[in-house]
Amino acid sequence: MSDDPELRVSKIRNGTVIDHISGGQALNVLAIIGIDGTSGEEVSVAMNIPSDRLGKKDIVKVEGRELSQNEVDVLSLIAPAATINIVREFDVAEKHRVERPGRVEGVLECPNRNCITTESEPVDSAFEVLDDGVRCEYCDTIIREDIAAHILVS
Amino acid sequence: MRQDHIISAKQLSRRDIEAVLDRAAEIAADPSAYADRHEGSLLGLLFFEPSTRTKMSFSAAMKRLGGDIVDMGTVESSSVKKGESLADTVRVVEGYADALVLRHPSEGAAQMASEFVDAPLINAGDGAGQHPTQTLLDLYTIRENAGFDDLSIGIMGDLKYGRTVHSLAHALTVFDARQHFVSPESLQLPRSVRYDLHESGAEVREHTDLDDVLSELDVLYVTRIQKERFPDESEYHEVAGEYQIDAATIREHNEDLTVMHPLPRVDEIDHDVDELDGAQYFQQAHNGVPVRMALLDMVLEESR
Ligand SMILES: [Zn+2]
Repeated sequence: MSDDPELRVSKIRNGTVIDHISGGQALNVLAIIGIDGTSGEEVSVAMNIPSDRLGKKDIVKVEGRELSQNEVDVLSLIAPAATINIVREFDVAEKHRVERPGRVEGVLECPNRNCITTESEPVDSAFEVLDDGVRCEYCDTIIREDIAAHILVS
Repeated sequence: MRQDHIISAKQLSRRDIEAVLDRAAEIAADPSAYADRHEGSLLGLLFFEPSTRTKMSFSAAMKRLGGDIVDMGTVESSSVKKGESLADTVRVVEGYADALVLRHPSEGAAQMASEFVDAPLINAGDGAGQHPTQTLLDLYTIRENAGFDDLSIGIMGDLKYGRTVHSLAHALTVFDARQHFVSPESLQLPRSVRYDLHESGAEVREHTDLDDVLSELDVLYVTRIQKERFPDESEYHEVAGEYQIDAATIREHNEDLTVMHPLPRVDEIDHDVDELDGAQYFQQAHNGVPVRMALLDMVLEESR
């Protein structure tokens, strides 16, 4: 097997390659984009590959899927160094760095069960992005660890 | 002050706060000058949980400005019981009044409600969240008694769940105040409040023993430690007993101490403290009227 980490996982024809994910976060990235393998997508995952920039990094490749802006926003919270390559006909058609947004709306669920956003009101959750976490704009609750666990399941 | 809604003390700058306190002082000095200032104006009261005293204080404030109130009544008697959302309720009631006061058991309720109305909305407490008029009357009382210059204040009791404490601590960061937090370890400040205090660069110390700081305080703000916070009653009694104060202790360590409490108290301030000049908790409650008058006067003026 080649030492080139790019070759350890299979090439894809059309889809998304998310590279430079912080080591160990690949499964959370898959959770964000709602992939658990049951719906048959072709998915390759490489974890804890040596990286000059990150020490260790993960790579996720998904055939036939491009990410939405909401997904990229949440991705940026758990994998701030990630790069997103959109692949078409085996070539990288677009390359994006994720950008940490100032706030994320409607993608995370507030863990405070007494927060108004968890009740049946016509309002989306909204979180301010801090240096080391996110903070509910309604009740001030801060999520610092395991942000991925709070992703809203739609 | 350019504020349509009063949701949190955090939204208020030092200048905003001082404008409210100055107006409140003017009102307290000459209430008759304000007696017909808002004749014909209506204040809508939406109290989704009982808080008789806050409601009475707002009603008194509005009536002393010459205005009147319309009251939603209890949740049991309203449409809310039929499952109406808060967003819908405030949009309906907005049509009945010139300004709204909302008390709600959920955190963030006032913020959300304010996004659905144009009439000024004042938060009168949202769950464990914000209660800005309480904070303003606390600040007014501190200013009247000790002033903000070189202020040293102790805040004692339930610092984890006590929303009045969180809001006050945050508001004090815009003044030149040293804040000492005195509580059992299990009831120390929550993470979000520490974060804010840290971000603001406030001078903050935490203590488990009041004796460590009592002699250097100008003001001691006492809050109640609730039984429900403890798994069993014996633990509660053991802990709560450590955070009580009486007249003898004050006389011995700090005769000039101003003592405050958001009330109701249980036994954290002994009744013998009531006789001391520094016992300000009843005056503090009374100050709620001129402070709410000032705030109502300002938001009604603004919305004209
Ligand atoms: Zn929340």
